[in-house]
Amino acid sequence: MKDWQYRLRGARTTLSAIAVFIVIFALYAAKHDGGFTGNVAQTAANKGVLLAFVAIGQCFVVLTAGIDLSVGAVFILADCLASTLVTGSPLAVAFGVVAVLVAGLACGLVNGLIVVYGRLQPIVATIATGAIYFGLALWVRPEPGGDIDSNLADAVTGQLPGGIPSSLVLLLAIILLVWVPFRRSVMGRAVYAVGSSEASAYMSGLPIRRAKLLAYGFAGLFSAVGGLMLSFITYSGEASATNASTYTLNSIAAVVIGGVSLFGGAGSAIGAVFGALIFRTINDLLFVFDLDPLWQPLFLGLVLLAAVSFGSLRLLRIRNRLELFGQ
Amino acid sequence: MTQKLEPVPARLRLPAGLRRFDPAVATAFGCIVALLLVGSFYSRSFLSPEYLLQQFQVGAFLALVATGMMVVVLLGQIDLSVPWIVTVGGMMSTAAAGHGAAGAALAIPFGVLCGVGLGVVNGIGVAYLRVPSMIFTLGIDAVAQGLMVLRTGGSAPQDMATPLMGQLATGHAILGMPNAVWVWIAVGTATVILLGRTTFGRSVYAIGNRESAAYLSGVHTRRIVLLAFALSGGLSALAGTMLAGYSGKAYQGMGDGYLLPAIAAVVLGGTSILGGRGSYLGTTAGVILITLLQSILSVVQMPDAGRQVIYGAVILAMLLLYGRSSRVGG
Repeated sequence: MKDWQYRLRGARTTLSAIAVFIVIFALYAAKHDGGFTGNVAQTAANKGVLLAFVAIGQCFVVLTAGIDLSVGAVFILADCLASTLVTGSPLAVAFGVVAVLVAGLACGLVNGLIVVYGRLQPIVATIATGAIYFGLALWVRPEPGGDIDSNLADAVTGQLPGGIPSSLVLLLAIILLVWVPFRRSVMGRAVYAVGSSEASAYMSGLPIRRAKLLAYGFAGLFSAVGGLMLSFITYSGEASATNASTYTLNSIAAVVIGGVSLFGGAGSAIGAVFGALIFRTINDLLFVFDLDPLWQPLFLGLVLLAAVSFGSLRLLRIRNRLELFGQ
Repeated sequence: MTQKLEPVPARLRLPAGLRRFDPAVATAFGCIVALLLVGSFYSRSFLSPEYLLQQFQVGAFLALVATGMMVVVLLGQIDLSVPWIVTVGGMMSTAAAGHGAAGAALAIPFGVLCGVGLGVVNGIGVAYLRVPSMIFTLGIDAVAQGLMVLRTGGSAPQDMATPLMGQLATGHAILGMPNAVWVWIAVGTATVILLGRTTFGRSVYAIGNRESAAYLSGVHTRRIVLLAFALSGGLSALAGTMLAGYSGKAYQGMGDGYLLPAIAAVVLGGTSILGGRGSYLGTTAGVILITLLQSILSVVQMPDAGRQVIYGAVILAMLLLYGRSSRVGG
């Protein structure tokens, strides 16, 4: 095989996620009453990027064959923090944004430290830390409310000249500035290697502990970016337990739809972003097709099941039963 | 998912009688005693039999869910469809109760059967389609939610529990013990026999340790996994029917608070989340531990924020005591 064929094969799942998104979104835009205008794109983008940021965070951890069930709680904690800190003078706003991001990073690093040095299983460790982070969010904001600097909020969630949604530009910028350099760095390779086989990565002299710490740290950081966006969209903060668990679970669904393997070591954040956008667009698709909103949760569940069962087609190609058990 | 326990070197082995006692289970029971002592400083009533029986009654719902979860976790899988299967159990049993005397009599079996049905679909997805359980059970949870939203939305279906369901959850029929605790004891005894004395139970442990080895030894691994998920679904639904009896009616979101505590109870009880290792005694300890912790935190009137933080921190601290896995490399 030629070089480009290998690369194509490696990016196959990401590319199919992009293709599915384009098809679904085209359907959505075509059926939308108002036609495809800047406002339609803006609303869709703002709703989509929230889950997209959390999904990017989840993707880093899933690539290491871990799972982070606290992303939703960090997302909500960032939202609550932002609604108290990101207000006032420009200097205070800047400080607030940095403080929220640092808090998210710190939450992620705590998860990482517990998983790497505490040697707890990620799934249970992050359930426990998730409870703690959600408690902190409740402490910061016992009642929904708060205030957000509206200039900044409007700038981030509004439109650029030409009707391009600025939240989408922000998402693209972060992918280009963080994901692409990360994927090409030694740390990036180490994250993938840890996910493929931790023991082999260790034997190859890769920094497995730092790679895992970095992955969990990024998970917290990106969840906090998502939480910041939520506060920009709602102009307030709310410690909602429902939102926390919904975003945690949807982020897992998004990375899987985006072609990231739950066994680790395969997939990309770009896939996760499109997985998140697919997930949100399916939600909206029902409205433009005038289906009863009551059908929405069932439809979403069936689509999720169908999407994950689609991967089972590989079973038809298995020659030896033992390959079923993998791992 | 590749880390496995190494065999314990001979010199570290305890005498046969002591070896059977898992240090994790011992620590969990130690933590229960410590919690009760801490509670008794606050109020004497924490040590009274009435208080403890009441806690067991409340804990019985969690215990049923955790029992099913434990069997699934022993396989190295996880069941995230608990919240809405609990709700399905509650809603479907109360729905059956609306169909006259026959419906009322069959309410509980019907609710449980609906849970078993969803559990079977979980099992098909995980065992036969080989979809990771974490995502497939999530999908079933969403589907169950969708079905229940469709049922309740736009109309007000019958949602009142039958007297029998109320009796099962809140009555004291035998020896002054709450009936819910008797159900817990019955299910617990059956599970201990099932896990320790039957082919099914031994197969569950074998699959959890290494599925390919179990398969090569002639275990029908896929059938066992399917049965385990069916069992988990049925027990969650049973918890749902009793919960409906407890509060008099079924409602959306009644199962929301059971998923994470159930996983925490199973893991705190010393069951490895990677599968293949764990005892039912441990799960029982985990359930009591979680129930007491929740109860004490609410009795001392801690604000919700502090309650969450302490709840998470205590679970973390206990896991760090004995839940650590072996080191990779050196």
